[in-house]
Amino acid sequence: MLNPRTLFEKVWDEHVVCEPNGRLPLVYIDLHLVHEVTSPQAFDGLRAAGRKVRQPGRTVATVDHNVPTEPRGTPITDPVAARQIEALQKNCREFGIPLFDMDSPDQGIVHVIGPELGCTQPGMTIVCGDSHTSTHGALGALAFGIGTSEVEHVLATQCLPQRKPKSMLIRVRGRLPEAVSAKDLALGIIGGIGTDGANGHVIEYAGEAVEALSMEARMTLCNMSIEAGARAGMVAPDETTFAYVEGRRFAPQGDAWDKALERWRKLPSDPGAHYDRVIEIEAATMAPFVTWGTNPGMVVPVSARVPELSAWKTDSERQAAARMLDYMGLTAGTPIEQIRVDRVFIGSCTNSRLEDLRAAARVAKGHRVNPRVRALVVPGSQAVKQAAEKEGLDRIFSEAGFEWRESGCSMCLGMNPDILQPGERCASTSNRNFEGRQGRGGRTHLVSPMMAAAAAIAGHFTDIRNWRFY
Amino acid sequence: MQPFRVHTGKVAPLARANVDTDQIIPKQFLKRIERTGFGEFLFYDWRRSADGKLDPAFPLNQPQYAGASILATEKNFGCGSSREHAVWALADFGFRAVVAPSFADIFANNCAKNGALTVVLSEREIAEILERAKMPGYQLTIDLVQRNVRDNHGFSSSFAIDEFTRHCLLNGLDDIGLTLQHEAEIAAYEARHW
Repeated sequence: MLNPRTLFEKVWDEHVVCEPNGRLPLVYIDLHLVHEVTSPQAFDGLRAAGRKVRQPGRTVATVDHNVPTEPRGTPITDPVAARQIEALQKNCREFGIPLFDMDSPDQGIVHVIGPELGCTQPGMTIVCGDSHTSTHGALGALAFGIGTSEVEHVLATQCLPQRKPKSMLIRVRGRLPEAVSAKDLALGIIGGIGTDGANGHVIEYAGEAVEALSMEARMTLCNMSIEAGARAGMVAPDETTFAYVEGRRFAPQGDAWDKALERWRKLPSDPGAHYDRVIEIEAATMAPFVTWGTNPGMVVPVSARVPELSAWKTDSERQAAARMLDYMGLTAGTPIEQIRVDRVFIGSCTNSRLEDLRAAARVAKGHRVNPRVRALVVPGSQAVKQAAEKEGLDRIFSEAGFEWRESGCSMCLGMNPDILQPGERCASTSNRNFEGRQGRGGRTHLVSPMMAAAAAIAGHFTDIRNWRFY
Repeated sequence: MQPFRVHTGKVAPLARANVDTDQIIPKQFLKRIERTGFGEFLFYDWRRSADGKLDPAFPLNQPQYAGASILATEKNFGCGSSREHAVWALADFGFRAVVAPSFADIFANNCAKNGALTVVLSEREIAEILERAKMPGYQLTIDLVQRNVRDNHGFSSSFAIDEFTRHCLLNGLDDIGLTLQHEAEIAAYEARHW
């Protein structure tokens, strides 16, 4: 009998092509996702070296970071952004890579469309020139972000030399409390272990609370693994996973489906498998969280206050915290619920799927956005947008005063025209509250979709557990 | 790729932890489709005030750090986005190495692919270097052959680095070329798996 292995080890072992002496193991990549921002220099590198794309059929491209979320057909006003999108179109044509372009009904954020189209499958290795590739681990894939040189490497060879990461188990015991979402769990974990708490590790999320999560909620959780520094996040595939994948366009069909299922059922970690680190969390300790600082580890429950500087042990930490308070325009000790917001963003690869929009719409229904607040809802993909419209979510949002937009990364990183003005404060369902992330001088607080919708209506953060639903 | 063997250069201190790649190169500069020309945008929002003027308080704007080729900083440098533009900006500005107590994984990988060295030293050693970097003209020698960092004032420390990364850096190797040497194994893997 083989040694008991973790989910991660099984996927890793299956993909090691060879381990040359004195070199890193060469890992085969099943799926390579490509977008406009981190790929142009990689294609240039291929051309300069006279190389081809080894497996165009295992490569999928879309445009997401730069695309305007105004109605499609509106010209791109930023010539540099337009040039980058044109470069991807040209590169995909030249190298024979399928592209879901601006006018495609399948366009969307690369981490939303991968699972949606059935490209993402359990047991795969998946890379993309984007750190939030960790999202795809929700289906039991080993998925991680890479830089542009590595994008070029995968295009040319379909492989990557990789140091084997360490493994970390995060077991979440019990069930999440009412109105506490996967986003809150992710924020709670990062707040607990810090933004470098999982550096060098692949996290496997397990336990009753994780098993109970829907597929989309698992994507939210895995998405933010990188915010704890992890190489990847994974959830063992189970019936929830299989039901999600079955019937999607690029999922195996017929006999191939039965064979795939047989393989996938063997993926979960064996009893007694060893992890380099194990962290136990009680789901009951989770709450609706709000970040107050300029990294995603600066997390407090909505019912708490902005921390006092005395909460930190060293001078250097106190200085860093003081700098964050200054940037964020906050005073230590202020109750979170008294912080007023100017903008609300519901979207991003973290929280722009149908369930996220449903959750936000449930909060918005029958209410009006505070007149001081401008609120945007940006579906993760064209497919999400259409599904939401079919259910009438767009009308709920519009009637409540939210702007209903086209799909893309939008205000998560403000590469398109959706940005904060200096000093503006935003409740955002995205993943990073770094200085200037949503626009220079902008102040970002990370929250769940329900919390964001509630903040839009109240005009300040408010505890979703006390919300009046219509 | 430019080989990295032994480098001596002026040290610029950036005494902040968790410096993310959004700070190293803000997103408005990611739309270029070339690898070059990112240096002027390095730490843009920290180097320049909202009206575009250089902030004299920021270390990289101070004359004593002009021409620095080694950046000393605190833990978890390069966290966040995978943008390799962060490394291109540092390299284009003139940095050949960053020394810190820890680095984010993707950033460290991206450095290695560009002939830039990330050197991990202890928190205490970094605190010492950050202090010494206040001396005018303070330099460090980073010796990848001996895996050693030293100065002319008695500081000396060895550092760990994985052998493959070291080998590629020492020889300036194109690792795509190395992978392509395994064409037969890759083809066999593909034949076996689908």
